[in-house]
Amino acid sequence: MNSELITLEVCVIALGVVLLLADLFMPPERRRFLGYAAIAALGLLLLTSLSGYGICSQTGTAFSGSFVEDALAVFFKRFFIIAAILVLFMSVEFSDRIATGISEYYSLIIFALSGMLFAASANDFAMLFVSIELITITFYVLTSFQRGRLVSLEAGVKYLILGALSSAFLVFGIALVWGTTGKLNFNELALVASQFAGNKIFLLGVLLVLVGLGFKIAAFPFQIWAPDVYQGAPTPTTAFLAVGSKAAGFVLLLRVLFTAVPSVTAHWANLLIVISGITILYGNLCAIPQRNLKRLLGYSSIAHAGYLLLGVAALAGGVHNSTAGGSALLYYLAGYLFTVLGAFTVICLVMRRLENEDISALAGLNQRSPLLAATLSLAMVSLAGIPPLAGFFGKFLLLKAVIEQGATTPGYYCLAFTALAGVVISLYYYFGVIRAIYWSTDAPDLSPIALSAPAKVSLWICIVGMFWIGLFPSVVLNLATAAAQVLK
Amino acid sequence: MSILTYIAGWPLLAALALIVVPRNYRVVIRAVAVLATLIPAVLAVKMFVQFIPGVNGYQFEQQIPWVESLGISYHVGVDGLNVGLILMGAIVAFAAACCSWEIKEREKEFYILLLVMSGGILGAFASLDLFFFYFLHELALVPTFIMIGVWGRGERKNYATFQITLYLSIGALIALIGLIALYLQSGVNTFDIPKLIEHARANPLAASAQNYIFPLLLFGFGILVSLWPFHSWAPLGYGAAPSPTAMLHAGVLKKFGLYGLIRIALPLLPQAAHDWMAFLAWLCLGNILYVGWVAMRQKDLNLLIGNSSVAHMGFIFLGIASLNLIGVTGAVVIMIAHGFLAALTFALSGYIYQQTGTLEMSKLGGLCRQLPFIGTALLMAALAGCGLPGFANFVGEVTVFFGAWTVFPLVTALAVWGALLISALYMLRAMRDVLHGPLPEKWAALPDASHVWRRLPYALLLASLFVFGCFPRLLTDKITPDAAKIVSLAAPAGTADKTVVRIDLSELRTSTLRSRATAEDGPNSELRN
Repeated sequence: MNSELITLEVCVIALGVVLLLADLFMPPERRRFLGYAAIAALGLLLLTSLSGYGICSQTGTAFSGSFVEDALAVFFKRFFIIAAILVLFMSVEFSDRIATGISEYYSLIIFALSGMLFAASANDFAMLFVSIELITITFYVLTSFQRGRLVSLEAGVKYLILGALSSAFLVFGIALVWGTTGKLNFNELALVASQFAGNKIFLLGVLLVLVGLGFKIAAFPFQIWAPDVYQGAPTPTTAFLAVGSKAAGFVLLLRVLFTAVPSVTAHWANLLIVISGITILYGNLCAIPQRNLKRLLGYSSIAHAGYLLLGVAALAGGVHNSTAGGSALLYYLAGYLFTVLGAFTVICLVMRRLENEDISALAGLNQRSPLLAATLSLAMVSLAGIPPLAGFFGKFLLLKAVIEQGATTPGYYCLAFTALAGVVISLYYYFGVIRAIYWSTDAPDLSPIALSAPAKVSLWICIVGMFWIGLFPSVVLNLATAAAQVLK
Repeated sequence: MSILTYIAGWPLLAALALIVVPRNYRVVIRAVAVLATLIPAVLAVKMFVQFIPGVNGYQFEQQIPWVESLGISYHVGVDGLNVGLILMGAIVAFAAACCSWEIKEREKEFYILLLVMSGGILGAFASLDLFFFYFLHELALVPTFIMIGVWGRGERKNYATFQITLYLSIGALIALIGLIALYLQSGVNTFDIPKLIEHARANPLAASAQNYIFPLLLFGFGILVSLWPFHSWAPLGYGAAPSPTAMLHAGVLKKFGLYGLIRIALPLLPQAAHDWMAFLAWLCLGNILYVGWVAMRQKDLNLLIGNSSVAHMGFIFLGIASLNLIGVTGAVVIMIAHGFLAALTFALSGYIYQQTGTLEMSKLGGLCRQLPFIGTALLMAALAGCGLPGFANFVGEVTVFFGAWTVFPLVTALAVWGALLISALYMLRAMRDVLHGPLPEKWAALPDASHVWRRLPYALLLASLFVFGCFPRLLTDKITPDAAKIVSLAAPAGTADKTVVRIDLSELRTSTLRSRATAEDGPNSELRN
């Protein structure tokens, strides 16, 4: 059985339940501090997983091969825990805007985290579906958590309808795959998939699974929900959606494409190239006219899904049997984590009393709080891919992986140039944000913004993360390379 | 630690330090910036003096592994090609910091960006690793856009910022694709330039690969250097830029693309370089003749200088295109000379703009009476720009023409017109309009650059032009041995097997001596006339 492999997941679920129970014994005014308890517990789990003993130290499969613990899973589990910690910091700051039930909010984040942890280890279509639903259903609630705000409810309903639709596609696809091959386990499927490479129903099944996952990562043409939901959802939810949910979609996409049906993927490289290219252009072009900061980041997250798909497309090329695309993708995600969470933390703190998150609200931020101004500017610079921050080296690795594949398929060169066009377009709107911070002439409100000590800690974690990953890429890159080896 | 690390590191460290200095300590901020560029300038002079010409390999080398799995390391070193460029860059950076007194608002941010730009570009020239070469250039490039966008001048500031950002980002990224493709094609899993060259010498890249990588580098770098017809960002951008930014960009940062062509494209892609050079030679006529012509019609002094700076790039491209020792040596000499010259002219026009608030030549006039120092310096800069003997530009241009004549006689014959006639025409006409004639009354009380600190940057840049103009051997002795290596590597592989290459090398050594003689004879013979 090997059931000790899921110790981490069990601990996280237990933490969520304990938070719910603790809520009963806490006076309402102190419930927000439960968030710090959850952060401490997750921090402990993260340190244990990094220590090399106990959780995340063993590899293998459990539950008849449906759960796998390998380098890829461990990489993503650490990623998700760090994301959850930073999102919890943000939630504590956000708690005054949630009228009732802040501890439910914390525990729902923890439950979503457990879904992501299972997704990282999913090696079976059943496990894939269950983990995705665990993530998605908790996000329906998290999105519409500000019950008093119409936009939040609207976002929740949109996410619910489109999410349910994508789940339907996903489960239909799984049914078709199972109906034709009789396999659910990825490894078993890989052995027989090549026999079914000409079977149209099987291919349709795989395609529908990709549709479901494409919705999660907000890739074209399933990106339509992202801007609305990003804009309407409470900021910590948006942040977790942008980082956690997207990364979970990517780990499942990698597992399906390169563990379950590698023989099909090899023929679909062109499809991935086209999707990646269009996603990059769509996200970047649509971000240009946006005035709402969260909506802008919504489009930017679509563009980044496109950049990450560069890595997937490069992996599908298969020249030299190279996993450079995979390691580039994982490295990029690591940089993206600190960058995006840094940006959303700033939004959460600045827009505390504002109904709309317009870019003009950033005017004079430089004088109101230099730390917030610096964090947001660095995040924008990193997203734009400018040295010496994390985004630059990540984009460099992705481009390198794509060009490496260009030796056989010229389409990859077109993709590389499309990505460049995207990068150049993105400079415009990222610098627009920086300009609003430092150089707007009319700042209506110049009152200093008070920052709590934990908020400062999380901002510094993001800043250090962006610089550390950008300036000393070796550590993360080695982890990412080891994790990508799994996909060979 | 290599002296090069200090040269590039001081400005970057100072930029970090300035972040914590409160913004109302203006004197401290300025002092830190000037000091952090003065130290590299002094160190660069020391390095230049200590440099031993003709030594095999690189000097002042330092290598620290950075990402071992990809073969990226922090590797700096100089040979004859970049030792002069680093000296020029460090002096121009110091001059630019001195000239930054014209910036009156948001000084702290300006100096931070200026220091990042200086450190980045000095590091890029010192770098012997493809990745850091690009990385540090990008680090220096982005502040340029911000500086033009925020501290720029004129009504067309936003348009100019937009255009320069678009052009240069696209150029840099095209070059990046070329560099990555080069790394992947070589297959040695290293970004180390000496190792790549060593590897390419033994097993050159396939001709098909060379043929698609070379255009990427040529046009990517070409856009960065304002190669015709991708030059339109330059005059506009420089016209809108605050003068320290224009000095650093036109003087130093722009030479990155040319340096990249010589250092990377020629030795690693010799076959393709050979095929593309005739095309490049014709393109550079576009720079020299067409842009020269455009410069003649300018009414704004800064646009005129900007166009003339684009036109000068044509000579450097012509030197590179000639692919022989004399031409490449000349190209490097012009790169250095033009760096001093562009910085000097933009600094002077910046001073005039600061005092008068306009650079429209019809509104100026007779300024030499009020501004004897600035006026004289501007006149000398203009004469240097026309290629007057005694200034470093003359040495470079005449060397390039000697080199290019043997390969492209027709192009050279046409280019000489650009050098002698067109540039003399627009430069002298501009000097007449600005410096001579009746002095409009409103300029009657203009103050000249009076005290030593104000005069220092202009004097320093002029002196550098003079020194290298009168003693070109200071440069050419250092450049030729390494230019000879590049030229021998760029000799088409198909024409010779190994033994013949060795003979070629020995011949080149003799032609090295010959070209030294030419480089010296050039100015002297002209002076005698």
